[in-house]
Amino acid sequence: MIEVKKLNKSFADKHVLFDINSEFLSGKNNIIIGASGCGKSVLLKCLVGLLKPEQGEIFFDKRSILEINEVELREIRKEMGMLFQGTALFDSLNVEENIEFPLRFFSNMSPAERKDRVNFCLERVNMVGVNKKYPSEISGGMKKRVGIARAIALDIKYLFCDEPNSGLDPITSRLIDELINEITIEYQITNVIASHDMKTVFDIGDHILFLHKGAVGWEGSKADFRHAIKEVKELKEFIDASYFE
Amino acid sequence: MNLTFFYHFGRYLIFLKSMLTRPEKMNIFFQRLFEEMYKIGIGSLPIIAITSLFIGAVTTVQTAYQLVSGLIAKSVIGTIVSDSTMLELGPTISCLVLSGKVGAHIASEIGNMRISEQIDALEVMGINATGYLALPKIIAGMLMIPLLNIIAITLSIYGGYMAGELSGILTHDEFILGARSTFKGFTVFFSCVKAFTFAFIITSVSSYQGYFTKGGALEVGESSTKAVVYSSVLVLLFDYILAELML
Repeated sequence: MIEVKKLNKSFADKHVLFDINSEFLSGKNNIIIGASGCGKSVLLKCLVGLLKPEQGEIFFDKRSILEINEVELREIRKEMGMLFQGTALFDSLNVEENIEFPLRFFSNMSPAERKDRVNFCLERVNMVGVNKKYPSEISGGMKKRVGIARAIALDIKYLFCDEPNSGLDPITSRLIDELINEITIEYQITNVIASHDMKTVFDIGDHILFLHKGAVGWEGSKADFRHAIKEVKELKEFIDASYFE
Repeated sequence: MNLTFFYHFGRYLIFLKSMLTRPEKMNIFFQRLFEEMYKIGIGSLPIIAITSLFIGAVTTVQTAYQLVSGLIAKSVIGTIVSDSTMLELGPTISCLVLSGKVGAHIASEIGNMRISEQIDALEVMGINATGYLALPKIIAGMLMIPLLNIIAITLSIYGGYMAGELSGILTHDEFILGARSTFKGFTVFFSCVKAFTFAFIITSVSSYQGYFTKGGALEVGESSTKAVVYSSVLVLLFDYILAELML
């Protein structure tokens, strides 16, 4: 479980996150929704340690990531995987080398064991036979799958997905959602997804955090979410606009 | 004085320090080092060879045009070509060319990795991005650019010798006599010190510019341009400083 307490983040004089309090549950899809620029990606980057908040606390299973040194943070980061909006696959490495990359750094596997693990991960995301292709040679949906395969190459406890469906057609989007959901349940990982795709929320969301102008606009389970849509004005506007689009 | 200079200089020093704080696995580091040595060394060989041959040839022809008279021995041309090549033309001109070739490549490669979140991906994995990306490039540059300098000096002198022979300006013996008459080992050492210093400037400044790229494709282009301009200016500045200190 990931706990966030009174998190505040600003850039120069622009305050982006205001007193964020939340809990992201283990084995669940925790979805952060909100309009563009509301702070979803900033919150996600604070969670993975790419940005340092001015105030607040972040706990990964009771371990504070803001009060530990680089070496300790590195140990926690070995338990994290992240699927970036643009996939962030390494251009100079082929698919196999991309997935093998974290294994080379953080495991003591032999080359044969690493190859087996790469093939297992590729099989898991239904991408068999593309080992030697470079990121520039595969489609956007395939890149997302390879990104997921790289994220799960190590035995991770926490998965972070930044707009996993952006730039994908509706069918591929659903497939990626299903894949993320399967992996979350199968490995019992704490999955945090930043998205503005309402289909993702209704299909795979377990716990939803709605950000409005950098603050928590609403938070709760999917069952409560359906009621909240009718009651919370900002949330209703956001949902209406999403369907209108 | 503009505070921006101090901001960038401080951030540059922190950037350099960050490479050394957390060493990566040595086998991965050496693999990256050899890749970069190949890219910088072998990849730059053709441009350095062409530049050096022509610089030597042009120096011979122009020196002959300016100096030849009944009072000055023709062998002086050999002396001027070899000494000027070792002292200035070899290290400085080669490194100005390399700041364009190697510097722009480093800045655009790292800058592109920054804007496409590949550097973020490294950091999320817990990998020291500066140590993984920039350190092998800097060390590879400091190993290969002095070697390229030696090759540049050799080819430049050879270019000068060939130009002298082919155009009939001076004979083989006259050129060799002139080149050897004032040769000092220190000159070669000084030349290598310059190449070593310039290599550090080119690779570290370009890595810095690429690493802190913000924005998109346009900003990657800007970073590459800054990398070439700043490293070229610093090469010329340190050329003067080293000459003052060591000669």
